[in-house]
Amino acid sequence: MSFLGVPSHWRRYKERYRLMGSRCLNCGNVFFPPTKVCPNCRREGRLEDLEFSGKGKVHSFTIIRFAPEGFTEYAPYAIGLIKLDEGPSAISQIVDCGFEDIHIDMPVEACFRKLMAQGKDGIICYGFKFRPANDSWKKP
Amino acid sequence: MVLKKRDVAIVGIGSTSFGEHWETGLKELVAEAGFAAADDAGIRGKDIELVVVGNMSGGRFVGQEHVAALMADHLGLNPTPAVRVEAACASGGVALREGYMAVASGFYDLVAVGGVEKMTDIYGSGATSALAGAMDFEWEAYFGTTFAGIYALIAQRYMHEYGLTREQLAKVAVKNHYHASFNPLAHFQNRIKVEDVLTSRLVADPLRLLDCSPISDGAACVLLAPAEDARKYTDTPIIIEATKQASGTLSLFMRKNICTIEATTEAANQAFKDAGMSRKDIDVIEVHDCFTISEILSLEDLGFCEKGKGGKLYDDGQTYSDGDLPVNTDGGLKASGHPVGATGVKQIVELVKQLRGEAEKGRQVKGAEIGLAHNLGGSGATVVVTILRRGD
Repeated sequence: MSFLGVPSHWRRYKERYRLMGSRCLNCGNVFFPPTKVCPNCRREGRLEDLEFSGKGKVHSFTIIRFAPEGFTEYAPYAIGLIKLDEGPSAISQIVDCGFEDIHIDMPVEACFRKLMAQGKDGIICYGFKFRPANDSWKKP
Repeated sequence: MVLKKRDVAIVGIGSTSFGEHWETGLKELVAEAGFAAADDAGIRGKDIELVVVGNMSGGRFVGQEHVAALMADHLGLNPTPAVRVEAACASGGVALREGYMAVASGFYDLVAVGGVEKMTDIYGSGATSALAGAMDFEWEAYFGTTFAGIYALIAQRYMHEYGLTREQLAKVAVKNHYHASFNPLAHFQNRIKVEDVLTSRLVADPLRLLDCSPISDGAACVLLAPAEDARKYTDTPIIIEATKQASGTLSLFMRKNICTIEATTEAANQAFKDAGMSRKDIDVIEVHDCFTISEILSLEDLGFCEKGKGGKLYDDGQTYSDGDLPVNTDGGLKASGHPVGATGVKQIVELVKQLRGEAEKGRQVKGAEIGLAHNLGGSGATVVVTILRRGD
């Protein structure tokens, strides 16, 4: 597989590292990932950056047993569809807990993690993952 | 300006068997399906005025783009124009609709619509990555999600909300394998039991191997002509009563409700309106069961049962070919196989067989006159719903 080059990662770092979304000043709706076009207001929309808290709840989850290229060495790993407190949702991995601990409505918070490396010499891709909130993930 | 649409008929069908065709390349698959369709209609290649080919990812699966011209060239059809259509797993359904419009509009009088995918030339994780391109790459695949993972998220939530059981999900696969056992073109012709599904390997919890459609090679082809000319080619023309397409969000996480695919409902409502028919008129259904959960979700979203009640359709035998609501009589994607670009066209081939009364014993729906095909791309970003009727 040919991996994508640096610009494709660089232009998304705010969104993927800090959960930067956007808010429409016209209708007040918030979006993640950020959009340049408010789907409600279209050209009347005025969008500004909005950094999400990273807090949310598990809406659904799965355990990936057969991974795509670049992720095979990490399988099995958990993926969650997370309903963020601000309203929109996001998908990423759920970490720092056992698979059996994950359940629907579990409170989670975003953390910054490595996602995969493009081979030995390629780019290392980073982004948000989610871990159980309330510090319950911390081992003594 | 309102254009007068011509009625369009399917006058020829052809399909390869689906499976792991290690001895056959992309071009040869199309040739086999295309020549079968031409023989079926009794035409020669020079009669074809336009070629439309559904193909999701020749580039990722076999390193080949420019697939439509390649097909025309390989089949000796130059200089006939050829167009490739891509809409992930709905490529075939969209190709059919594009071909339909080309005939309905009066631009062409004989159009070949093909669908093809050659998926087994690359290794499993490569195919998984290629298929992941059907979802939102930047926000779903980037984080390690797979296609099975996306449908697993739907299944997990659906089971939580509606109490669908693992056994009911398994029965979708059991039924589809049963139908495929009568289909000599199916990828898997073995019958399975509920226990086989429940003990197969986990792929993305709660989905197991036998919940998933396979990675297959295959091609299918149909020939379209104005209904008024159809008798030149066939004794039993099959009329395209409606073919409607709708779009939805590419990303699953952007849906208001992940337990429903709005584009399916939209396309279905439009198609029934266009055809002037109701759900009760449909004798046989082809739905896009890329995963078992998708068959249940799709039947609900198409309007064949209430949301949340889809699992109950599998508690008795009503979705079998001799039941009240025969679904995926060729084995569906699950057992017939899922060469992604070919699937939407193969669904039409199957319905034509059913409406002509030419399906094999054991899976032929008795007296079927009207059929519906539902072809879905990604997790529901593209949906095509087509209603066919046996011509009088």
